[in-house]
Amino acid sequence: MLEVRNLYASVEGKEILRGVDLTVKAGEVHALMGPNGSGKSTLSNVLVGNPLYTVTGGEVFFNGKDLLAMPAEDRSHEGLFMSFQTPVEIPGVSMNNFMRAAINAKRKYLGQPPINGADFLKMVKEKRALVELDAGLTRRGVNEGFSGGEKKRNEIFQMAMLEPTLTILDETDSGLDVDALRIVADGFNKLRTPQTAAICITHYQRMLDYIKPDIVHVMMNGRIVKTGGPDLAYRIEEEGFDWLKEETLRENKI
Amino acid sequence: MNSERQYIELYGQTKQFIDNGSHALINAHRQQALEQLEAQGLPTSKNERYKYIDVAEAFAPDYGLNLRRMKMEADPGAAYRCSVPNLDSVLYYVFNDKVVAKDGNTLDTDRLFVGSLVDFAANRPEEFNKYYNKFVGDGLVALNTLLAQDGVVVWIGDGYKCEKTIQILNLTLGNVAMMTNRRVLIVVGKGAEASLLVCDHSLTKESHLVSEVAEIVVAEDAVLHLCSIEETGETNKMFRSTNIVQHCRSKLSYTDVTLNNGLTRHTLDLHLAGEKAEACVSGLVVGGGTQHADSDLLISHEACCCKSDVLYKSVLDGSSTGAFAGKVYVAPGAQKSESQETNSNLCVSPNAHAYTRPMLEIYADDVKCNHGSTVGRLDESALFYMAQRGVDPTEGRRLLQQAFACEVIERIELPSLRTRLHQMIEERFRRGSGACGDCVLCASK
Repeated sequence: MLEVRNLYASVEGKEILRGVDLTVKAGEVHALMGPNGSGKSTLSNVLVGNPLYTVTGGEVFFNGKDLLAMPAEDRSHEGLFMSFQTPVEIPGVSMNNFMRAAINAKRKYLGQPPINGADFLKMVKEKRALVELDAGLTRRGVNEGFSGGEKKRNEIFQMAMLEPTLTILDETDSGLDVDALRIVADGFNKLRTPQTAAICITHYQRMLDYIKPDIVHVMMNGRIVKTGGPDLAYRIEEEGFDWLKEETLRENKI
Repeated sequence: MNSERQYIELYGQTKQFIDNGSHALINAHRQQALEQLEAQGLPTSKNERYKYIDVAEAFAPDYGLNLRRMKMEADPGAAYRCSVPNLDSVLYYVFNDKVVAKDGNTLDTDRLFVGSLVDFAANRPEEFNKYYNKFVGDGLVALNTLLAQDGVVVWIGDGYKCEKTIQILNLTLGNVAMMTNRRVLIVVGKGAEASLLVCDHSLTKESHLVSEVAEIVVAEDAVLHLCSIEETGETNKMFRSTNIVQHCRSKLSYTDVTLNNGLTRHTLDLHLAGEKAEACVSGLVVGGGTQHADSDLLISHEACCCKSDVLYKSVLDGSSTGAFAGKVYVAPGAQKSESQETNSNLCVSPNAHAYTRPMLEIYADDVKCNHGSTVGRLDESALFYMAQRGVDPTEGRRLLQQAFACEVIERIELPSLRTRLHQMIEERFRRGSGACGDCVLCASK
């Protein structure tokens, strides 16, 4: 599904990604861990086409298509979704209007007619229940005055509405209490199918107790330096990253 | 530059035509206006209220004036449809400065007059004399008083609650460059209520300069909802001077929307003259191309316990300019005054300019007054967030601009008008500046 080859990227002239290779197949959940500043968020922002980041080398294919050649909105239409670390507040643009615009843009891209009003409202109601999002919130401005937990639930709500095939959860667990984390993770899990995949960026094993990864990667200095099974996350939780730094230094990976 | 000279000379040469085409009660004010204009001239940028607009330049061209009152040939209904669905209104068509037709069921009662200024002077001379030319304005007002031959009057008698919305459709037309001097009088009597919708539209591609002076009186316990919308064109210049006097416990909601224009200047003086009067004043400018919109407000608290709430916003694209100056003045003794003044501007193009000057001048010690202003750009992080969800930047920009603008529209009390304005603003952002889509002129583009 996703094929990242030797990806280099910089932000404000500073090189952050230094040759990332990553393959994600349908049905898989990948966890991406690593110390602060290792490039996890940069990777996700580059994948979804954030204009603040500049790709300086490498290739990315998404279902065989050249992802880096597409504008951000087309990547979304193709089935890529990112749950933001800090969802943006957009006062005055109601969630309902925003979601309708997003869904209709995707339908237009796919050559389908716009969604009718009744179907849309039914869909909103259904998907809202998935993350226990209050009806009042979808009538408010996008993330306007939402609490931290509400913002993250709202991200999963939008994911449910847009039905992406590849979802990137960028530190979705940050700022969430245990109950909110459970709701968000449950919502995410209900949306998983054998046709979908996810990359879950996190610092903590706690998140991975709920969203069970098949593969765990560790990033350091702009590269993936270690890949393993779920056990790798436990080891990091217990021992931190220092052993990995030493190991990679020894192997001259950095 | 003494661009007033040509008008003073014109008056000297054509005094007879001007008087003949008007009414003696209107003519009676011309001599004094002439003296004031000769003494003061038109305002220049040395006048603090005219820093961002060149009046002399706007008035310099040799415009034609319809002083002999030639009949304007056009079918108002066919030329322009201005419909607000679900709004129970009576529509009055105004060609330049003259009420020419009416659409909708009659509103006639002895407690109501909607029609031309000349007819009002003829039919209700006492009322005319009570309200006409009752404030001392600047040179622009004097020029209007000197040359205005006709205009529009909405007079609501004491206690009359007008259920239908009165809609005034000002259409400028002429096949040469022209100047219109329009005079407006709006009087809402004691305890009376009225809703007014005034739409300005241009039916000509020739340049047209409109000078309008409006005197508005909201008497004790009266309520006035007034919404004014300008959708003209780049060849249109509009100079409006509005003087509003509110008496005890009166309520005013005033909304001024500019969606398409050339050059627009609005001087609005609001006098809260009676205790417990309340005013909610809103403005919205959507600018593009070379549009220029300049609003200068004076909100004067002159009695105890009055409230004013001012919100002006502008969304400026292209190389448009928006200027706002608003002074809230609290007179000595006007205790318990409450005022809020906000001006927010969104420059969506690097070539757009916003000037903002909120001011407070307070001579009472027990008051609650706030003021603030912002000038900003579109939020790039919001645009990216929307793009990630599939909303492309063009649509994202439109959504952001619309959301910013609509706060003003939400303050309008008539639900059907609010809905219609939301549509108009959405259309405006979809198609950009320069065409309205509603009139024959734009539909043929």
